[in-house]
Amino acid sequence: MTPVLFDAGLCVLILGVALASVIVREAFAAIAFFIVYGLLVAIAWTRLDAVDVALAEVAIGAGLTGALFVGAMSRIAQAAEAQAAPRRHPERLAVVGALLLCGGAGAALIFTVLQLPEVAVSLASLAEANLALTGVTNKVTAVLINFRGYDTLLESVVLLVALIGVWSATPDRFWGGPPGLQLAMTQDSVLGFFGAILPPVGFVVGAYLIWIGSSAPGGAFQGGTVWAAMLLLAVLAGLIDPPLVSKRSLRFGLVLGPALFLAIGIAGIFRGSFLGLDPPIAKTLTLAIEVGLAVSIAATLALLVIGKPRRAA
Amino acid sequence: MHDLLFGFAIAILASIAASLVRVFSGPTRSDRVMGAQLLGTGGVAILLLTAAAGGNWAILDVAVVLALLAAFASFALFVSVATPKNQSGDRDVAEGT
Amino acid sequence: MNALAIFTTVFLIAGLFFFIAGTIGLLRFPDLHSRLHALTKADNIGLGLVAVALMPQAPSIFLAVKLGLIWLFVLLASAAVSQLTARSALGHRAQLGSGETNDPGPV
Repeated sequence: MTPVLFDAGLCVLILGVALASVIVREAFAAIAFFIVYGLLVAIAWTRLDAVDVALAEVAIGAGLTGALFVGAMSRIAQAAEAQAAPRRHPERLAVVGALLLCGGAGAALIFTVLQLPEVAVSLASLAEANLALTGVTNKVTAVLINFRGYDTLLESVVLLVALIGVWSATPDRFWGGPPGLQLAMTQDSVLGFFGAILPPVGFVVGAYLIWIGSSAPGGAFQGGTVWAAMLLLAVLAGLIDPPLVSKRSLRFGLVLGPALFLAIGIAGIFRGSFLGLDPPIAKTLTLAIEVGLAVSIAATLALLVIGKPRRAA
Repeated sequence: MHDLLFGFAIAILASIAASLVRVFSGPTRSDRVMGAQLLGTGGVAILLLTAAAGGNWAILDVAVVLALLAAFASFALFVSVATPKNQSGDRDVAEGT
Repeated sequence: MNALAIFTTVFLIAGLFFFIAGTIGLLRFPDLHSRLHALTKADNIGLGLVAVALMPQAPSIFLAVKLGLIWLFVLLASAAVSQLTARSALGHRAQLGSGETNDPGPV
């Protein structure tokens, strides 16, 4: 009985926070609500027994997205100050039209979800039957890296493409310089202290998450995101400078994950199938792929939040 | 024990729901940051309780990551940024309403 | 109920008390610094008591230590955020009061 009550309360809170995030006036308040929303949804994931997703949600939603939005907000505020444009309120017709569209889409979604069959069509039993061949016991990792490795490979490339997209907005004169704005050496040694203590701890936690991903919830994405957050923290605290975008070692780190994954996949062709992992060495290969992916994810996500180069080298 | 732990989780959920009011109405950004901080800590407590209640101790790892990253947006907020054109100006992003 | 369950319940009640007290303080106190004071009570002691309460329930020593680690991380993070919040508010007040620059000063 009490778990049901808890879940109901959580649902109400999630909806309330989502609504608050949309209707509140000030930009930073909306961001704060959005971060809280991410946290609540992560708790919901744990209630649905999807702990891997909860890990990713917490790392990205509560951590990186918050920093990303805050940075975006301050840059928009600075640009608005420079332009001094007056705020325009949307027309009533536009608001009504948007409400109708959202309401209609929502109704269609609800209708579709209610039409879904009772027993979902899935390959879960097949995956579970062949779990021993993958060398890992965490079903999520087995599906991500082994059974559906193709999707994960493409996703890692998509992340890279997103970063290239962000970088392509750089003005020509700044290209080759360090990404992000110049952060003044912080006068606050609190941030400096924290930025010195936390990243090593976070590094260990991230490595731990990647390692246990083979038998318990965790994996490359979760560990890589924690690493990205630690890199970001060190940069925000002013302790390290982000490397120049033209630096070879940076670019090597960025492509390491997808390249390694692709290489192992191509090597698999000679053993039978593209991206096929040989059962005797499957666990080693999976771990290697995950470490490579985590390094690339960490670098890519950190650079995505830092942004494009804004000053010359 | 199972029901008891969930009962406590509901109580903490209600408590942090109340702190949403501070996020909503807090006049300064620091107020909102504090409200979000309390929500983060409450979330960690809830995760601990649900882990113990259901026996699914893998949820503790979610709590570890949350504990590490909870203060992130707050840090991003408090970083002073020196704009390229205005080297003498140190704009503290935290104080604005 | 056996001794462990009683231990857990007692500490959970204490932890819940601090959480509720902290939330009430955050909502009702008049200004930023007093709200911060209330917040840190919930953060540090409230979560600490909850973590201690659940330690006997953990099936292994490693998990009990993990509970303590979680509390430690939250302590670190909340300490840093509290300091930054208080200093930024202090600087803002100095700016409003005497027109000095927003400089919280070194540690």
